[in-house]
This record gives sequence, structure tokens and C-alpha cells, in this order.
Amino acid sequence: MSRQYLIRRLLLVIPAMLGISVVLFTVLALAPGDPFEELASNPAVPPEVRAALRASFGLDDPVYLRYLHWLAAMLQGDWGFSFVSRMNVDTLILQRLPTTLIVIGSAQILAILVALPVGVLAATRPYSLFDQIANTLAFVGFSLPTFFTGLLLILVFSVQLDWLPFVYRADINATGWRFYWEHIRQSIMPVTVLGLFQGASLVRYVRSSVLDVIRLDYVTTARSKGIGERKVITKHVVRNALIPVVTLVALQMPIVFGGAIVTEQIFRVPGIGSLLISAMLANDTPVVMAVTFVIATLVILCNLIADFIYAWLDPRIAFR
Amino acid sequence: MPGLTPASLSAEAPPAAAAAPVETRRKARFSPWHESWRRFRRHKLAVASGVVLLLIVAAIIIGPLLWRLPINEIDFTAKLQGPSWAHPLGTDDLGQDVLARLLYGGRISLAVGLAAMLVAITVGVLVGALAGMSSGHLDAVLMWLADLFLSLPQLPLLLLLIYLFRDALKTAFGPEGGVFVLIVVVIGGLRWMPAARLVRAQFLSLREKEFVEAARALGASKPRQVIRHILPNALGPVIVAGTIDVAAAIIAESTLSFLGLGFPPDIPTWGRLLADAKDYLDIAPHWALAAGAAIFLTVLSINFIGDGLRDALDPRSVI
Repeated sequence: MSRQYLIRRLLLVIPAMLGISVVLFTVLALAPGDPFEELASNPAVPPEVRAALRASFGLDDPVYLRYLHWLAAMLQGDWGFSFVSRMNVDTLILQRLPTTLIVIGSAQILAILVALPVGVLAATRPYSLFDQIANTLAFVGFSLPTFFTGLLLILVFSVQLDWLPFVYRADINATGWRFYWEHIRQSIMPVTVLGLFQGASLVRYVRSSVLDVIRLDYVTTARSKGIGERKVITKHVVRNALIPVVTLVALQMPIVFGGAIVTEQIFRVPGIGSLLISAMLANDTPVVMAVTFVIATLVILCNLIADFIYAWLDPRIAFR
Repeated sequence: MPGLTPASLSAEAPPAAAAAPVETRRKARFSPWHESWRRFRRHKLAVASGVVLLLIVAAIIIGPLLWRLPINEIDFTAKLQGPSWAHPLGTDDLGQDVLARLLYGGRISLAVGLAAMLVAITVGVLVGALAGMSSGHLDAVLMWLADLFLSLPQLPLLLLLIYLFRDALKTAFGPEGGVFVLIVVVIGGLRWMPAARLVRAQFLSLREKEFVEAARALGASKPRQVIRHILPNALGPVIVAGTIDVAAAIIAESTLSFLGLGFPPDIPTWGRLLADAKDYLDIAPHWALAAGAAIFLTVLSINFIGDGLRDALDPRSVI
């Protein structure tokens, strides 16, 4: 990977971030409702005071000026104050973010661990019984909405079998191994729900991508040189088949974050997804805007990482 | 030279032999649609899913006429009952009949799915056709926009838009209509990108084809070229994308209702039923299972039908 490619790709993040900030700000600016609505109905506040307040907060400025003000504040880390939680929005989000990242990260790893072997096996035996079963299960997997799988798992493993806790607790009174064990135990269900949903759609991508590569001439060459089938698949086919899959994993990231919001809500995981929902139900606009912005930023970051992996897997990309 | 005669004979022989089957096929009304239908029927799961979906749609449309229990009759003596003859799917925490609510909710879920798909496909075809025909700055800008929208996290944005605009639309269209319009427009408006890219890709290759050139040479105007000649040939992948969009929109609406940000609480959509049922999982699992199974079966059958349509309508995939 050349340094030039790295820099060029990093620079491309800027317009993407600007685009997202414009979209978010437009939504906010178009939305009905006035932050000073409560003052307007309050007879103790005279209209002149309200007008002065509006002017001092720059609410009467033209839209582009307000956008620039907002952007400058966001860049300086001044993300506003949550009136519901009584703390700064950035500290609130930083408290919640690690949990979400851990859950999403483990779910991605689970998805890849499931999808890769199943997809490759299905592609090496196309239209076999295994392939058909895998394909059908994949369809079932991504047709099951995450909120339903979550409830099903709770029903089976928490209500019927009583094996796993169904409420995620951030404050576990334990130390050492027990602390980690409890954390793993309560993460099993959220991670499974997210991971299997992701894995189900990945299986199909892996399968079709491996099927595309396995027909190529260089694979036949490798086979005719007498390399064993297992080695042909792992060393020659899978590495090249993974290139498009990396992009697809990145393109799925918006859906992953959507799924994370739902799973966090079901299992009461204290992450940014459940923060978003509770902020919406409590009309806590600064938190809502900031969380949406953070999620959008994370998606762009994931795309960036995917592009770097892409360039590492396929050096031709970096020279285009 | 002597070798030429047998060769030309054998070259002429196949058409003569093939003429007979063609004749019989023409009797069976051979057309692209029949060909697609023939290929669709090969996908057993898709056909079975089609039957399942038809049954669901029939139940939703005709069901409330036959199953006349009201959806909002509160009866605390019969609350949280399991399935029985009086209530085939049991009752909820207010003693309301789950089957009646399920049938009513299905109308909303399917209506949202279809309407959102129409919005997504209309916007997608318009943008894709514009980009595919213009090719230049407009094309670049539109595709950049599509890429930007693709990298936006859908669900948070959906939640944000509904959070910000719900009250305004409620006053404009009434509580049910406002939320319906909002959900349909937002779900549809966030899903036009795949259709737009598909249509653009199809347009880029189709507009250079000979039959379009022939139409152009005959003096067909741009709109006529697009509507009469290019668009019909680009519709196959769009139909497939539209099918998948219906399923995605149903899931999106259920997710919103499940999170408590969709339709008002007194309207029993499938996601809402599931959200209400989730607090009674231990004593009344039938409630959650009924609502979840309805969503799952509908979405699964639509997805399988989409897969079957992909096989049937994509002429490149030779079966």
C-alpha cells in the first residue's frame, strides 16, 4: 500500500463527513419546532428578552452561517448539554460507546467465523444438499428481524431454560475471572442475535464470490500443478474471493448499527443505541443529534478501514 | 469442393428439424413472460412462498370480514389467555383478541411495505434514468449522492426524521395518516439508491444497443426512447429490487413500531404487537410468537419470491 493511496483515501473522508453533517443539519433546520417555544408560552418572559436571546444564540442568522457555527462547535468538541442526563453530551457518549463497540465487534467476528467456512464449503459443493441447506438457512436468517430473534432467544434461554440473564448490567459486583465471566455470559445473546443476522447475509456473498473465483484459470493451473485441494481453496481461492466480501462487509455497516440499536434496546445493553432511543423518547435533541452523528462517523471509519484492507488484499487497487 | 455439399446440407438440417418444436411452442403462446414464468416455476421454494404470501394476503384482506371480533374490545376476565376456540391465537394483556389484531395489523404492515417500495422504486428509476441518460456532471453528482446515502446509517436517520417531523405531520394529516405518510416517505426515500444504481447500469449499456439506435434514427424523441425502448428492458432487476424493498420496508416499519416510534400505540401493527408482548414473554409467549411469526413468514416468503424472480427475470443467468 503506497503512502500516496493512504493519504488520498484519508482526504476523501473529509467530503463524506461534510456531506453527512450537511444532511444532518438540513434535517435539523427543516424540522418544525423552536428551541424557544417554551419561552414563548411563558408570560414571565417578555418578547424583547426572547428576541434578544434568539439574536445572542444566532437563531436569526442565515442558514449557512448557522451551519458553520454548528460545525465549528462540533469540531471543537462542544456537543451540547443533555438536559435529561444533566451532563455534557460528549462525556455521555464516551461512557456508552465502548459497550456498543465491543458488542458490534464481537458480533462481526462471530458473523465472519460462521459465514466464511459455511460460504466456502457451500461454494466448493454447489447445488449439493449442504449448499441447499445453507442457502435456505441463510434466507431464514436474514428474514428473521433482530427484534424477533432476540425475543426468541430470551424465551428459550432465559425464560424456559434459565441459563442466561436477559438484562445486560454494567455494574457487576465481582472481581477477577468472575467479572469477565459474567460479562461474557450476558453478552452471549446480544452478540448471537447480531452476529447470526450478519452472518446469514454474508454466507451468500462469500458463496457467490468464491464461485466466481473458483472458475478462473489460475485455480485450474494451481490444481494441475498438483497442489492439494485444501491448499488450493485456502491459499489461492479464498484470499482472492475475500476482496469483494470486504467491501460488502463495509457496505453492511449501516445495517449493523441499525441492528445494534434494536438489540441494545431488547437486552437493555447500555450502549449508544439505547441512548439514542431513550433520548428520543425524552425529547433530548442534543443527544439525538450527537449520537446520529457519531454512528454516521463510525460507518465512514469502517468504510475507510475496509478500503485499507481492500488495498492490502489487492495491491492493484492502490495504483489506480 | 466435394466436401462442401454435405457440410452445407448438415448446416441447413438443424433449422429444418428445429422448425417443428418452434411451431408447437408458438401454439403454447411463447413470450418473454411465459419464459420467465417457466423459469420462476423451477424455483420450488419461490413457488411455495408465493402460495404462502397469497394465503397471508387473502387472510389479511378477507379475514377481518369473517373474523368479526373487534380489535379493541377490552375484557379483563379473559386477559393473557392461551389459544382456545374463542380466541385461536389467545388474548393480550387487556383481553383483546390477538388474531383480530394480527389481521388488522397485517393490512398496515403490507400497505406500508408496498407504498414504501413504490416510493423507493419511483425515485430510484427517476434518478437512475436521469443519471444513465445524461452522463456527465449530472451523472457524477447523482451517483455521488447515491453513495453518500448508501453510507448513511438508515435506522438512526429514520428514527431522527420521525422524531423531528412526527408532530408536524400529525397535525397536518391526522395521527394515523400523518405517521403513515411520514414512514412511507422516509423508508422509501432512504432506499432508492440500489434501484437507481441498477437502472443507471442498465441504461448505460442499453442506450448504446442497436435497437435504441434504430429508434433514434427513426426520429424518436429522448423521452420516447426511454419510455418505449430502454425502460421496459431495464425493468427486470428493478422488479427484483422492488420485491426485496417490500420486505425491507415491512421490517423497517416493524422495527420502528417495536421501538415505540412508529404508529400510535392504539394501532396494532405487527411490530407494535411484538413490542407489547415482549414484557409478557414468561406468562404469555403465544402473543409474541404469533406477531413474530407473522412478520417472519411474510418477509421470508417475499425474499424467496425475490430470489425466484431474480432467476426468472435475469436473462444473463442461464439455467
